Amino acid sequence: MMKHYDAVIIGGGSAGLAAAVTLKQNGLENIIVLEKDGEAGGILQQCIHNGFGLQTFNEQLSGPAYAERFIRQAEELNVPVLCNTMVTHMHADRTIEYVNPEEGYQTVTADVIVLAVGCYERSRGAVEIPGDRPAGVYTAGQAQRYLNIDGYMVGRKVFILGSGDIGLIMARRMTLEGAKVYGVAELMPYSNGLPRNIKQCLEDFDIPLYLSHTVTHIYGRDRLEGIDVSAVDENLKPIPGSEVHYDVDTLLLSIGLIPENHLADEAGIRMNPRTRGPVVDENYMTSVPGIFACGNGLHVHDLVDFVTLESSRAAEGALRWLKKPQNDSADILLQAGEGVSYIVPGHVHADMAQPCELFFRVTAQFDTAEVLLKKDGEVIRRTVRRKLMPSVMERLKLNPADLPADGSSLTVEVRERNTK
Amino acid sequence: MYDIIIIGSGIVGSLVAYDLSRYRLKVAVLEKDNDVANGTTMANSAIVHAGYDPEDGTMKALLNVRGARMYPQLCRDLNCIIKNTGAFIAAVGEEEEQVLDVLAARAEKRGIACELLDGDTARGLEQNLSDNVTKVLSIPETCIIYPWEVAYAAMETAIRNGVELFLNTEVTGIDKVPEGYLVKSGTQAYEARMVINAAGTGTAAIDHMVSDRVDFEPRPRRGEYFVIDADIDYVSRVIFPVPTAKGKGVLAVPTVHGNTLLGPTSEPIEDADKKETSFAGLESVRQQLQKTMKNPPLRNVIRSFAGIRASGTSADFLIEELPDAPAFVHAACIDSPGLASAPAIAAYIRDTFVGKYMPLEETPDAVMTRPAPVVMKNLTPAERDAMIRRQPLYARIICRCEQISEQEIIDCIHGPCGARSIKAVKKRVRPGMGRCQGGFCEPRVAAILARELHIPLTEVLLDSRNSRILEKENR
Ligand SMILES: Cc1cc2nc3c(=O)[nH]c(=O)nc-3n(C[C@H](O)[C@H](O)[C@H](O)COP(=O)(O)OP(=O)(O)OC[C@H]3O[C@@H](n4cnc5c(N)ncnc54)[C@H](O)[C@@H]3O)c2cc1C
Ligand SMILES: Cc1cc2nc3c(=O)[nH]c(=O)nc-3n(C[C@H](O)[C@H](O)[C@H](O)COP(=O)(O)OP(=O)(O)OC[C@H]3O[C@@H](n4cnc5c(N)ncnc54)[C@H](O)[C@@H]3O)c2cc1C
Repeated sequence: MMKHYDAVIIGGGSAGLAAAVTLKQNGLENIIVLEKDGEAGGILQQCIHNGFGLQTFNEQLSGPAYAERFIRQAEELNVPVLCNTMVTHMHADRTIEYVNPEEGYQTVTADVIVLAVGCYERSRGAVEIPGDRPAGVYTAGQAQRYLNIDGYMVGRKVFILGSGDIGLIMARRMTLEGAKVYGVAELMPYSNGLPRNIKQCLEDFDIPLYLSHTVTHIYGRDRLEGIDVSAVDENLKPIPGSEVHYDVDTLLLSIGLIPENHLADEAGIRMNPRTRGPVVDENYMTSVPGIFACGNGLHVHDLVDFVTLESSRAAEGALRWLKKPQNDSADILLQAGEGVSYIVPGHVHADMAQPCELFFRVTAQFDTAEVLLKKDGEVIRRTVRRKLMPSVMERLKLNPADLPADGSSLTVEVRERNTK
Repeated sequence: MYDIIIIGSGIVGSLVAYDLSRYRLKVAVLEKDNDVANGTTMANSAIVHAGYDPEDGTMKALLNVRGARMYPQLCRDLNCIIKNTGAFIAAVGEEEEQVLDVLAARAEKRGIACELLDGDTARGLEQNLSDNVTKVLSIPETCIIYPWEVAYAAMETAIRNGVELFLNTEVTGIDKVPEGYLVKSGTQAYEARMVINAAGTGTAAIDHMVSDRVDFEPRPRRGEYFVIDADIDYVSRVIFPVPTAKGKGVLAVPTVHGNTLLGPTSEPIEDADKKETSFAGLESVRQQLQKTMKNPPLRNVIRSFAGIRASGTSADFLIEELPDAPAFVHAACIDSPGLASAPAIAAYIRDTFVGKYMPLEETPDAVMTRPAPVVMKNLTPAERDAMIRRQPLYARIICRCEQISEQEIIDCIHGPCGARSIKAVKKRVRPGMGRCQGGFCEPRVAAILARELHIPLTEVLLDSRNSRILEKENR
């Protein structure tokens, strides 16, 4: 007999654990978390730096300490977390196939699936740097894992491509371990990391950040021997003649994270090309009924607190859907207008009963920005915010009263405030 | 004393070793790298050309046609992947259409099936074919393989039959001795009655160790490629432009694992060891591709790479005994279609040269087939379950993109020509070939290699002998 669950949560990182805890606290009994690693906690387990939980616990915790709180909570609530368990397939009829050393291959079904699968790092292939292919080129997360989990340094003379947060954190971490970090090159004219990480991980250690720069050649037959770094023009094309050579043995790539979207693709879930995660509604439900998504597997977050928040909202959404699976009310699209790269959720239902918080990111840096909520081209709400940047996720509250009754769409737009 | 020493373990050396392993001969293979098939056999278009392309009367024509016909059985015997995708040669305009007629005539003469299609019919079958394409020659026989799989599967089988493989053994000198040759690698020396030089781009250098009458010079040419994510279905068969004086041009090639290769360029280079990609080369792939293809999926590039053709001043393969070095045979200038021809090259060397010097007596216990390795992904749920009950590590997934278990990785490390580096594991069971390109599984593969080879993690190699991935333990 195929086992059946009220809910299966795929992924035991901060998103999966928060969703599971909320489901259980609200009375959903027969649930299970499937985690492919040997322990729960997800990416947090390799983030041994402080800086987690400022919003949730009002404390500066390390990644593992933050994870530990949720692991313990899940334990206290008797939520089973099955580790060393990889979900290999997920189908639109909500059957799940997984494998682990104890049970072998299993197929189970569920009323609700929560996809909380996290993200993976873009690697060298994605940026197509010409040159050799020696050892010594790592994604920042790989180097972090080697150092924090296995206890090995990947090199001593380091350059970092991309100003994503993991790269910034590794700049500090490797400096503290005695490596020399020569600099961070960022293709864009702005940083992709949080301002606090630029300050605490680069500026405090005198590590230069080269905006509008990229690595244009990799040298070294066996182990990395050096790189060329060039300035880029407005079209992000390298400017010939601007190359500077660095003799380094290590290049870390911190060039972006992508939601782990294998399973969603397989189930035929509609994806957002910008986030590269599923499109969800106000309940965090994907285009396949009963399958929900949250955390970095939905869109990449910079702060774990928002992952936690979002994931318990996704659980609440799942509970609402279980009570009322049929919703015939009109679908209102939430569109990313000028200055906005994406919005999550991507659409809401016209009968939405309570306010919904939208997460969005801007496409460029804004000094003083007007955030506009528009209905039919008409501005229905205008707020002014200081210092918006693509690396920092923004939030916007959407009230039921904001929704157009006729089911047309809403647009969020961001623009620099006119200084007249 | 060996009967035969083979230098090089690319597709040619490996298939020669495999072929000779059925006879009562003492054979050794010397390979400078730390894995088989790490040279040109590791970086090419992976096409078993049907054999319509080489000019009449050439060794290339003879051996390509023969080799292509040997591949299906060879791949069955060795349990290697081969896919019969077929190929299109796409002409743009009248002048090129005439070339198609020439090729079609050649194909027919060689017994290779082919069919001319008009542009629209072809586009109906390959929707990403450029609108400029006016006519297509369809070659249904063309196949694709996983080149290094054939090489290591052949070598594995040869080793089971008694062939000795010496890795990390670069031939640095050869002395003529009364009974044959003394082949030297650093302080080591190996004596043999006969030497087969299949060293790819290194062939000429080795020839010069025994001969003053080497009649070609190497002219290595680099070819650069993009690899496209397996999720993108770009082409279902190989698409060639019409060959010109400049070469075969830039192709779109499906791979046996569902990726697409776009390339290669063809550019002379000085140093045949320089397998680096270049900005100009990759740009040229993008440009040239437009001739025959549209909607290039360049946003879904998962990596780029370069391969080096062992081309030389001879346009044809040179498979011969050196005039001043009896029983010293080289396979030189084995550029394209070297892969497609390799099984026939091995047979040709055996019949023409080995048979001349020694009796070819089959041993009754030679096993020319290779048992299929366990690939969990391809098993039914019930079969997987049974495997896991026998060995629970078949259930621990290491590579999530390709769904490869820990035990599959362990198996490939302990095989007869087992993996010794992260790349060698990747070549055999493919962790890190998926969309995350090893970001997630590489540290795990490194840990398994260290444990299984009983070496510290700091000794684990990415690829070549000096490519350590970790600097030092941080304690
Ligand atoms: C390196 C790094 C540094 C960060 N630093 C900070 C910081 O300083 N402060 C801060 O507040 N936030 C930080 N963040 C952000 C935040 O911590 C993460 O975004 C958050 O932890 C992500 O949680 P998640 O559950 O969505 O993803 P993950 O933690 O990645 O969890 C996903 C889980 O799903 C499992 N999984 C995936 N696929 C499957 C499958 N098929 N079957 C079974 N299991 C599966 C994975 O093994 C993993 O455990 C950082 C993020 C990263 C990546
Ligand atoms: C870009 C490109 C695309 C191609 N596409 C195709 C195609 O689609 N179809 C096709 O049929 N052919 C193709 N080819 C040609 C084909 O790849 C080669 O002909 C074939 O792989 C050559 O195999 P090999 O065994 O001769 O050489 P290699 O694979 O290079 O093997 C030679 C071996 O000798 C070793 N060696 C060298 N020097 C020494 C030494 N001193 N001591 C010990 N060992 C040594 C090397 O390490 C290497 O392992 C292509 C080639 C290129 C470059």
